[in-house]
Amino acid sequence: MTQSRLERTYEEINQKIKQGKAVVVTAEEIVGIVREEGVKKAARKVDVVTTGTFAPMCSSGAFLNIGQSKPLVRTTKTLINNVLAYSGVAAVDCYIGATQTCEDDPLNKRHPGDFNYGGGHVIEDLVAGKTVDVEATSYGTDCYPNRSIHKRMTLSDFNNAILCNPRNAYQNYNCAINRSDKIKYTYMGTLKPNMGNANYSTSGELSPLFNDPYLKTIGVGTRIFLGGAQGYVTWTGTQHKSEVERTPGGTPLTPAGTLAVTGDLKEMSAEWLIGQSIRGYGVSLSVGLGIPIPILNEEMLTYTAVSDEDLFTQVIDYGFDYPEGNSKSFGQVSYAELKSGTIMIKGKKIPTVPLSSMVKARKIADLLKKSIQKGKFLLGQPQHLFTE
Amino acid sequence: MYSKLIILNFPPEVAQKAIVCQLTKKYDLLFNILSAKISNQKEGYMVLELSGTKSDYNRGVRYLKNQGVTVSTPEQQIFKDVEKCTHCGACTAVCPTEALYIKRPEMEVIFDKEKCSICELCILTCPSRAMGLFSEHTETAL
Ligand code: SF4
Ligand code: SF4
Repeated sequence: MTQSRLERTYEEINQKIKQGKAVVVTAEEIVGIVREEGVKKAARKVDVVTTGTFAPMCSSGAFLNIGQSKPLVRTTKTLINNVLAYSGVAAVDCYIGATQTCEDDPLNKRHPGDFNYGGGHVIEDLVAGKTVDVEATSYGTDCYPNRSIHKRMTLSDFNNAILCNPRNAYQNYNCAINRSDKIKYTYMGTLKPNMGNANYSTSGELSPLFNDPYLKTIGVGTRIFLGGAQGYVTWTGTQHKSEVERTPGGTPLTPAGTLAVTGDLKEMSAEWLIGQSIRGYGVSLSVGLGIPIPILNEEMLTYTAVSDEDLFTQVIDYGFDYPEGNSKSFGQVSYAELKSGTIMIKGKKIPTVPLSSMVKARKIADLLKKSIQKGKFLLGQPQHLFTE
Repeated sequence: MYSKLIILNFPPEVAQKAIVCQLTKKYDLLFNILSAKISNQKEGYMVLELSGTKSDYNRGVRYLKNQGVTVSTPEQQIFKDVEKCTHCGACTAVCPTEALYIKRPEMEVIFDKEKCSICELCILTCPSRAMGLFSEHTETAL
């Protein structure tokens, strides 16, 4: 007797989730399950695999509507806690970007700068319920005569606050070393001279886009964990690339796919949106993001079973090469090697430094798993796939 | 009047607030908490300014030590704010003594105060500003 091929639909999985019967495991747990039971058995058993990542994601920000004032105003420049928010949108809308520095920040005048406060911190303060200072100016029009407003607001005072990140969840990223003889302060952290350390920033086998490398289940409308709330994939992210070199298993060997995501900032929490001060580089926002991968068939299960040994990235020199726009690889290393604590490059043993938090990534995958198990998180069936 | 800044490190499961209150009740000491991380399950710390007579101060400190509290009075000391730390690992790149290290396979970032040389490199390297310095002169966290 031949067994029928396993096929599940989104509706079937959601039905099971609503009944509290869905079998959900994390992308770390599935590795062991497949090793023990094999793909076929695991695919029959498991409905959803959850993923997670928590790291600085610079291309993040929020649209805020600060509400009208009397007389009316059409803001042309908005400062929130002295951080500039882009105001070239209608009336009292603005966009606070994660990497916008504070107006009076000395930046890198005394290198390396501290970068104590910026857009990412404004977002963190808002979700933490703190009061922020909102100052806006305008040139004044007949319909919007007010030229200057100043108010103190908390997140609940904003009409709308929508987290809208144009590039998150990078599918793979460089491992950075510094071959020069001077210390370098980069967005990949502090890099000691003469290859003193190797910094990487991916959660490996827990990383969302490593578990669905061709984005077969991730598209417009995919419901995700975003900043502690439910958010959505809205498009591919900026710099998204799919034509890249891959392993036989399909995962890219270099930075590749990215996602644009959005969600209601008012529902999010400061545990998952944390302002970052990156020495000598600038400010950013660490974002907690997780995606549930539906096991529609054995193929999807095979993708999610990928482990750190099968995932690779390139070692790039941020001392000379990267600033010049060269991306010559000084070696290909696996995430298992990176997570072991040292890698060998050009005969030198280099200590590795993760910039992506595995502790938080694991917690996200776990939270997502629990909320799906409890029937509180339903899969969002993509309305458009980027691979079509 | 004798006044000194001290740093207390509490083992897990001690009634941290209650112990400190005893300093006033039993030993006539005044205290001013400058910073604290208190938790009933996990280990905590407290930076306080303690004032009273010299002999009351000594008796009070002895009492604290008998309760299993580590009392230190260095010029300055480095702290890791466990609530703020995201375990990103960025600090481990610069820590020269491996006082900040990654526990594997959990990938948790641990701070071993014993190994810390108070070089302060981690303070501005930590993107989440979870590492801080307390000093007798500034009496505040950086
Ligand atoms: S002060 Fe220096 S030695 Fe101490 S934890 Fe920080 S970097 Fe390490
Ligand atoms: S850099 Fe800061 S947040 Fe990151 S692990 Fe070290 S102490 Fe924790």
